[in-house]
Amino acid sequence: MDEELLQEEDTQKDKYLTFTLGEELYGIDIRVVIEIIGILPVTKVPEVPDYVRGIINLRGKIIPVIDMRLRFGREFRPYTDRTCVIVIEVKEVLLGLIIDGVSEVLSIPEGQTVDPPELKSASNRYIRSIGKLPDSKVVLLLDWEKLFDVEEEKMLSGMNEERGNENGAV
Amino acid sequence: MAENEPMVEVFIYETRQFLEQLEQVALASEDSGSFQPEDVNEVFRAMHTIKGSAAMMLYDEISHLAHAVEDIFFYIRELHPEKIDVSAVTDIVLTAVDFMNGELDKLDSGGQPDASSEGLQKSTHDFLRNFKLENGHDPDVDLRKAKKSAAPKAAGAAEPAKQQYFIQAVKPEEVKTESGSNHVYKAVLHFDPDGGMVEVRAFGVINRLEDQAGELHYLPEKIIEDETAADTIIKDGFKLWFTTGLGVEEVRKLLDETMYLTGLELTELSSTAECEYWPTPKQKAAQAVEESSPIVPVKPEAKPRPAPIKQAGHEGHESQMISVRVDKLDRLMELVGEMVIAESMVTQNPDIRGLELSNFDKAARQLHKINGELQDRVMALRMVPLEATFKKMNRIVRDMTKKLGKQAKLVLVGADTEVDKNVTEHIGDPLMHIIRNSIDHGIELPEVRRQAGKPEMGTVVLSAQNAGGEVVIRIEDDGGGMNRDRIMKKAKEKGILTKPEEEYTDQEVYSFIFAPGFSTKEQVTEFSGRGVGMDVVVSNIKALGGTIMVDSNPGKGSVTIIRIPLTLAIVEGMCIKVGGSGYTIPISAIRRSFRPADEDIFLDVSGQEMFMEAGQPCPIVRLHQLYAIESAQERLTEGILLVTETDDRYLGIFADALVGVQQIVVKPVPGYIQAMTKMTGITGCTILGDGSISLIIDPGKLMGLLVE
Repeated sequence: MDEELLQEEDTQKDKYLTFTLGEELYGIDIRVVIEIIGILPVTKVPEVPDYVRGIINLRGKIIPVIDMRLRFGREFRPYTDRTCVIVIEVKEVLLGLIIDGVSEVLSIPEGQTVDPPELKSASNRYIRSIGKLPDSKVVLLLDWEKLFDVEEEKMLSGMNEERGNENGAV
Repeated sequence: MAENEPMVEVFIYETRQFLEQLEQVALASEDSGSFQPEDVNEVFRAMHTIKGSAAMMLYDEISHLAHAVEDIFFYIRELHPEKIDVSAVTDIVLTAVDFMNGELDKLDSGGQPDASSEGLQKSTHDFLRNFKLENGHDPDVDLRKAKKSAAPKAAGAAEPAKQQYFIQAVKPEEVKTESGSNHVYKAVLHFDPDGGMVEVRAFGVINRLEDQAGELHYLPEKIIEDETAADTIIKDGFKLWFTTGLGVEEVRKLLDETMYLTGLELTELSSTAECEYWPTPKQKAAQAVEESSPIVPVKPEAKPRPAPIKQAGHEGHESQMISVRVDKLDRLMELVGEMVIAESMVTQNPDIRGLELSNFDKAARQLHKINGELQDRVMALRMVPLEATFKKMNRIVRDMTKKLGKQAKLVLVGADTEVDKNVTEHIGDPLMHIIRNSIDHGIELPEVRRQAGKPEMGTVVLSAQNAGGEVVIRIEDDGGGMNRDRIMKKAKEKGILTKPEEEYTDQEVYSFIFAPGFSTKEQVTEFSGRGVGMDVVVSNIKALGGTIMVDSNPGKGSVTIIRIPLTLAIVEGMCIKVGGSGYTIPISAIRRSFRPADEDIFLDVSGQEMFMEAGQPCPIVRLHQLYAIESAQERLTEGILLVTETDDRYLGIFADALVGVQQIVVKPVPGYIQAMTKMTGITGCTILGDGSISLIIDPGKLMGLLVE
């Protein structure tokens, strides 16, 4: 079984599904991606941070969805036909990421990535590395493990609020 | 159940079955006043198997205790002592069963069976000693050894060891001696008899070798099943012939690890033909086959299996029954639930609304029929008879009557009634409490009964029957019945009356016994009277979505009636709307719903909105406030108030409107969400017929919120 896993890892190694959030291009490891769906009706759940939009019914499975724009402290943008949900699975936990739109699957070898700059910004911690593309564009590669870390989540939601207040002051 | 090794799981499962069987046999024997030969054999065999498998799992305390009990039955079986205190022997078996069950519980919850059974072992040994003395036998003679040398009759029992049954411990014969990669060994192991249970040590050796050896044969063949095997091993040593890729030193090291090993003779043979004992799959012409071609390779994919120790227990039933993990059935049930919803999503799809589709409708009806049947069948899979749960009550009655000096028998009616597996798991405790109460409070002492003109032997009838979608369980006793005045007096003392005394019906008065901390018994006994129990009964039954009521006829007896829905997986829910969101409340928790008028509502000092329900002030929870739902109805007089009841306390839940009643399949809220919120009052979610998700509200939890 290990062999099988290794093999699978191998074919999916360094492959990223890229998607857009506003002007930026983000990437996520292809091997955690289960599927990409259009936005479904979302049932709100009380008492969760803003960016947790609620739960959706994906063929009988109930999956929480989070809005990546709100997650990174951007402005909320109403959902359109282009809005997508990337369903990812980590350790048997399913999570839907609401994003502006998916673009393509790219192969970014390790040599073409650099560590993110050490900034204080909260959302930066969710970027594992930055991939360089031939046409001098960059892809921000998500550290998806942190998405599942509830403690991190709580910190983030606290920070979002703080930042929200600051923004309000400005 | 905690994640257990498959081996442990099988051990728990099998041992539990044996223990259950043991308890039944012991109780039945005590009832009849004597041990029938087949009962003795059954107990002996069960204990013997438990001993073996426990030792194999290295649970020595269980194993030693089983050994001690086995000894008693060995004695009974062999020497047929005349004076048997059946009740005392039963006690011993039952205490041993209790001890083992306790240890299994620990295993079940992921712990280790670490309690010491030394005290029990000692008392069991002492009992056997006295038992032998009473019957004029020498207590110091080891029966097993004596049997072999002395009694010619007993020699018959030892004979099977000498017959060379064919048993194949290892299936794969991928070994090719010609290739040279394998060695053939003969090993003779001698054990220290003082180490005890040599057959188990031998079994351990086989287990260890199986992983390493290609083909493995040994004498005596039936180590665990044949109780004379131990003597043979002590006398002649344990002989093994096997092929393996290991070198001679590695094999020696492997075998040397065996505990209580006193001697090891290891010889390497040039081929399997040199083995004195080397049976082939077909026993016939064994010799000839060996000479022409040493070993015929067959199906290499088969894995080595541990010797079948469980054969002793059940004969022939296995082909008709399989045991399946409950979580697999749960998943199946879930899927069926999903399919029922998916079906209505298809047949009531908005895209086809209003269209004339006669062929489609026909096909849809067919689908509906099949789905319905499938749902029934899957439910039936989860159904188990109440018998096992009911029979456990025999034990309660026995223990209590013995200690209290009362006489009572338990009559079981309709024990074959089937209920959902979850129900059997949760109904045991409540039944136990009620039966204890019946015997402790209900059934009178023999003299009192005689004076009242009743038979000295009291009767408790435990019955079950199907009624619609419910199971009705009745516990009826012919005791003294309940004392209305005393209950009323106690209720007044406790201050739990909510209306004038005269307005209470008998039923309502009797129901006070279900209130927390309520007990009219003057004396607290070991079994009841502390006032805990009956309220636990009520909460357990309610957790199953059931109801309980009690009635009594002074001087003639009491009856307790429990009604429980057949299944828990699907519940009826009331769907409600608040703003744009849908919520569901279990029907069983709802008393009524109404649209309040302005004058119904008042505020308490803290500003909490209240209304009166059944003479009690009852707080109101506005869901739109609690869950911060926008654009919801905010005027109480325009929305709807659902009155819910949990543990005799009322709560008004305010929503915009009722949507309707629906059968819902309860699903957990995703862990990701659970970890992030307090989940105020939400117990789960469900998918409605239109594919939307509805959150399930537990009024009990909302109530808890207000009380804090």
